[in-house]
Amino acid sequence: MNISQTPRYRRRKRLSQLVMVLCQVATLIGFAFLFAILFTLVTKGLGAISPSTFVERTRMTGGGLGNAIWGTFIMTCAATVIGTVIGVAAGTWLAEYSGKGMMAKVIRFINDILLSAPSIIIGLFIYAMVVVPMGNFSGWAGVLALTVIIVPVVIRSTEDMLRLIPNSLREAAAALGAHRYWIIIRVCYSGARAGILTGILLGFARISGETAPLLFTSLNSNQWNFFDLGSEMANLPMTIYQNMTINAFIPDLVALAWGGALILTAAILILNIAARYFSRQRS
Amino acid sequence: MSTSNAIQASGLGHLSDATRKRLQRKARFDVWFERTLFAFAFAVLLLLGAIIASLMVSSWPAIQRYGLDFFTENRWAANVEVFGALPAIYGTLLTSFIAIVIAVPISFGIAIFLTEQCPGFLRQPLSTLIELLAGIPSIIYGMWGMEVLAPLLRTWFPTVFPAGTGLTTAGIILAVMIIPFITAVSRDVINTVPAVMRESAYGLGCTTWEVTRSVILPSVKTGLVGGVVLGLGRALGETMAVTFVIGNNLFLNTTLTGQGTSIAALIANQFSESDGSQRSALLALGLILFLITFAVLAFARYLLRNSTGRHA
Repeated sequence: MNISQTPRYRRRKRLSQLVMVLCQVATLIGFAFLFAILFTLVTKGLGAISPSTFVERTRMTGGGLGNAIWGTFIMTCAATVIGTVIGVAAGTWLAEYSGKGMMAKVIRFINDILLSAPSIIIGLFIYAMVVVPMGNFSGWAGVLALTVIIVPVVIRSTEDMLRLIPNSLREAAAALGAHRYWIIIRVCYSGARAGILTGILLGFARISGETAPLLFTSLNSNQWNFFDLGSEMANLPMTIYQNMTINAFIPDLVALAWGGALILTAAILILNIAARYFSRQRS
Repeated sequence: MSTSNAIQASGLGHLSDATRKRLQRKARFDVWFERTLFAFAFAVLLLLGAIIASLMVSSWPAIQRYGLDFFTENRWAANVEVFGALPAIYGTLLTSFIAIVIAVPISFGIAIFLTEQCPGFLRQPLSTLIELLAGIPSIIYGMWGMEVLAPLLRTWFPTVFPAGTGLTTAGIILAVMIIPFITAVSRDVINTVPAVMRESAYGLGCTTWEVTRSVILPSVKTGLVGGVVLGLGRALGETMAVTFVIGNNLFLNTTLTGQGTSIAALIANQFSESDGSQRSALLALGLILFLITFAVLAFARYLLRNSTGRHA
């Protein structure tokens, strides 16, 4: 007798099909939510964007987002540069020198915690450590808050990427008489470069959209501030937040906030796609 | 693998003075190189210590003044300087709980779909899409919640959501936000199951669901729970997605759908206009939030210690 004809088998098969349909429904629900968000972003945001959005500063009426975009760009870049130096150095120690010691385990664990720590706590920390002693909100405080957020990302990807370098390469270089630092710089880094850069790019994308850590560090401003990191600095996430809350009674500013949200999301998605493309190119 | 020491120890006496000096210089540089790198790695530990210490120091006045009342007082009233953490803690825990309840079945469903049934040509694009969506800034989710979800809930269920905003609305937004995280971790841990196990179960005549339930899920149980707890850690500390839709009611409201507040939302709303004991009390809230998320994330890492999950 064919087993696939028995009632028991048919019951099992029906149950399986039912669960699989439920999984498909879950997938549909998940993607529906996410497409709904993107759809809202595009429909509400596109209308608010014009060339002047990118060059004019924020005003209570009309205006653009030029100073906010610039501020976000400059703070994100500064934080990425500082975070790269710290993160690559620390990640290199973890991958190349730490061995199986307790210290490495603890640092790795703490780093994993910091990787997902609430960003608003980082903002409070920098507020207490930098803003209070300095006496005013400043671009530097914002940069430091973003640095604290990007460093764990860079450490993690640096360590992971260096661990992918086969030990035989290190041994070969050592056999040729290379010193250890030289092996790391010439052999390990050149092999892991694409991966580390991908990690940095992903970190850059992540911190460029962070709002919470900037609330009490860089604050916001409606003036152009090109390089004066010692004073308050405009930035895109804070501008969006303020336009949606305390300025929400002005329809123009709400529209501008959606425009800014679209610009921010598009930039972050493009960075993410670039990072993915970049890492795939190599492998 | 200390090459420099090896050269020195082997006593290569035939080398010229200049060469020996150069090698010694490089050996010294090697030592300093390692020390510098270690200093940066050690800075991570100092950073954590500094975060906890600075939050404790700056919240000390409030801890001293309110003591344990801080946890039992059920309102946060700045005008009379009565600060109770209960409404915010309740809101934080409840919204995260709602988020997990909604997000877990959907995320597991997506992960099972992606790993077990998805046609090959769709697998990579859908996976990438999920990962991309995890990158969308949280403020975008908050804006969407305020502009789209809250009005929808108000028109569809006017009796349950009279204002549209509230704790459940915040929970739904958090769920949407953490679905990509939990899905990505679940998919990765399910993918660690060796194909042989799957194939042998199919070979015994199991249906797809039986393979999933009896072979795959049991073997990656801890990894899946780890992913969920990681998502919980995200939800607990999330600020911008919640602030827009939680309602900002500073009095304890022990309903599921009523308006409330969370620790992160309260800090975001009040911190810049606060001073004195209010500021100190907000920093104490921050400390509580950090300790809660620390415990949750540490648990997640413990569960995920054997998995490869590289997710933030």
